[in-house]
Amino acid sequence: MTANDSVLPPAEESTPLASESTRRAPRRSSPTLPSSLHADAPADQPAPIRTRRSPASARPTRSTPRHRQPTNGTPSGVRAPRLDVDALLMNPGTQIIVCCGSGGVGKTTLAAALGLRAAEAGRRVVTLTIDPARRLAQSLGMTELDNTPRPVPGVRGTGELHAMMLDMKRTFDEIVEAHTTPARAAQILANPFYQSLSSSFAGTQEYMAMEKLGQLKASGRFDLIVVDTPPARSALDFLDAPARLARFLDGRFIRTLLVPTGRGYLRVVHAGLQFVTATMTRLLGAALLADVQTFVAAMDTMFGGLRERAEATARLLRTPGTAFVVVAAPEPDALREASYFIERLIEDNLPLAGVVINRLHLSGAPEISAAQARAAAETLDGAADDDTVFAAAVLRTHAQRMEIAAVEHKRLHGFTVAHPRVPVAFAPAFADDIHDVAALRTLGSSIAAGT
Amino acid sequence: MGVDRDWEGVRLHVVTGKGGTGKTTVAAALALALASDGRRALLVECEGRQGIARLFDTPPLPYAERKLAVAPGEGMVYGLAIDPEQALLEYLEMYYHLGRPARVLQRVGAIDFATTIAPGLRDVLLTGKVYEATRRRFSGSRPARTAARIVRHDGVPADAYVYDAVVLDAPPTGRITRFLNVNAEVADLARVGPINRQAASIMSLLRSPQTAVHLVTVLEDMPVQETLDGIAELRRQQLPVGAIVINRVQPAHLPTSALRAVARGEVDTAALQRGLAKLGIAAEPSTVDALAAETIDAARTAVRERRLRHTLSQAGRPTYDLPELDIGDIARLYTLAAALREQGAA
Repeated sequence: MTANDSVLPPAEESTPLASESTRRAPRRSSPTLPSSLHADAPADQPAPIRTRRSPASARPTRSTPRHRQPTNGTPSGVRAPRLDVDALLMNPGTQIIVCCGSGGVGKTTLAAALGLRAAEAGRRVVTLTIDPARRLAQSLGMTELDNTPRPVPGVRGTGELHAMMLDMKRTFDEIVEAHTTPARAAQILANPFYQSLSSSFAGTQEYMAMEKLGQLKASGRFDLIVVDTPPARSALDFLDAPARLARFLDGRFIRTLLVPTGRGYLRVVHAGLQFVTATMTRLLGAALLADVQTFVAAMDTMFGGLRERAEATARLLRTPGTAFVVVAAPEPDALREASYFIERLIEDNLPLAGVVINRLHLSGAPEISAAQARAAAETLDGAADDDTVFAAAVLRTHAQRMEIAAVEHKRLHGFTVAHPRVPVAFAPAFADDIHDVAALRTLGSSIAAGT
Repeated sequence: MGVDRDWEGVRLHVVTGKGGTGKTTVAAALALALASDGRRALLVECEGRQGIARLFDTPPLPYAERKLAVAPGEGMVYGLAIDPEQALLEYLEMYYHLGRPARVLQRVGAIDFATTIAPGLRDVLLTGKVYEATRRRFSGSRPARTAARIVRHDGVPADAYVYDAVVLDAPPTGRITRFLNVNAEVADLARVGPINRQAASIMSLLRSPQTAVHLVTVLEDMPVQETLDGIAELRRQQLPVGAIVINRVQPAHLPTSALRAVARGEVDTAALQRGLAKLGIAAEPSTVDALAAETIDAARTAVRERRLRHTLSQAGRPTYDLPELDIGDIARLYTLAAALREQGAA
């Protein structure tokens, strides 16, 4: 993580250098890129995008005056307020943080880093993750998928960090067991249609994540829950799936299936139903339809309970203690998804705390432009000594990094223009994958840096 | 020019990858490459994201096959965004000649039920549509409602396939095996009936040498791990694994010999400063330090990427490298298509 440290304010750990003859690059306290995108947030303006009273999240705090290095390509006048991650994490009013965003942006890692940072500040935290990388899961102590929070080893201070991986089928099973008699529960659990629904319906995962979130909240064991959302088809699925399941439970088709075919109190309706059932039988085969009907009949008693729970978890997301953090990478697709998500959260009146742009490439030596570096490297001739050959490779590497940084900067510029009032925080791209507590700690302090 | 094509005989290319690896872009570039030299390729998306329209900068695709782009050498890429509900209605119409009944089903919510709730049915419909497009011939009796009007040129046999290749921008690696295998599952659930029969035919296409499932990855731990897991899962279900496409490859500038030492943090900054001076750059010590730090970072990345490449090579599949390009979408697609062709992918 060496190079990244050089452009971000001090992270906690540094990698010692191997030999005496080498020197470590000194740290600099002036982030080149993010600062140019941030405004010095005005001290006493109302929270810009929050539409409900809620803690910390979007409250603009006076950021300390920052060095602003003149850099090439810095857009002037485009300023996003800074997301004060520490204020969000440390505020006891923040009880739930939902990390959302498209796949592949580092959501899981980021959720874990936020959880760790809050825990090391003394809070009792649980992170609910959906699909962590194997090594990350291991270092967080999630070696078995048992649907229970496990303490994460290596957390400093008086706080606690627990981590758990969602087992969606088991969560569904538990709901069934909690809502009906043991005999009936066994009948439902054995039904082939239920087995498919509980393990493969696109949306069950989202619904079960919400369900688990509700359970964790109700347990009262934690004062902060950090949720990592499922890698959905589209980030918005997470918000839509619970409602879809609830709609399904209320749906006319379910009612249709529930009406016993023998009771023809309305001839027309009855004929219609028979026709529908007959068509479905033709389509699906009688066996599947029979499974569905058995399932629906068995579930009948618990529909009300399920719907209530779906509504309760939906309400939970709107409580003042909840904060949504949208995670994105400086890639076009990820930023586009982030935009959709932001618009949707605002539209639905959900408490958006801000955006974290993950995996940003920064340069510690912006004083040498990409063009200058390339031109200098070009002057290398065949007679050059080893030092010069190496220096040319260093310059090409630098040029590449500056070009990437410029491209990312351009994309972020577009993004912040579209969402000028949404607070933003940044996390650098690390050369190594993040899979242990120490690396999570470094990531956490990078995100919080400068606030 | 198609001399050394790796996928001769493959008609259905399924492109998957972990989210964020650029799967849709690779699928589009592959379709362009496969359509080159007078061929016809159909690019299909099935997750309702309109990613294809976005890439090709066209209005959202309807549930109908539309011309998307001209491929190098007069070929044509067509695009289709499959909508599961529409696919079910079409299915009822095609196989049952049901018009009114389908609408009744829609009114009571059965269509919604069937496409979103009934396990796998949605995926059955999506794969079913892909199956239909892949198998469609000029001489076929009833072209699908979505079919594009494609004129059969002289010399093309009447029973030729309408599309030389179909490229599916498929669900991500984590769900791909379940998605492709859903027909096997459904054949178990619906033990009789037309769905059972269709499911069996789809499975036989998907497991045949006419299909290849390509996996897109980037050189990072998680996507690479997911790629290998995905390959293992596909193999377990006898689904044919195609190539591994390594996307967003950045050129490495450091000499291999220096890589490990630099990655350990061993950079002689005094020597670097001398070298820079010889190249005409008089750098302050702080600048030299920053450059050294950047170089260490780049070396670590390079070391990690080499390790991941080695890991990927253990899957024993052909790999294609696609460069990171910062150019507009359409120019990028053509550049990537050319890169795929050069490496034998089409």
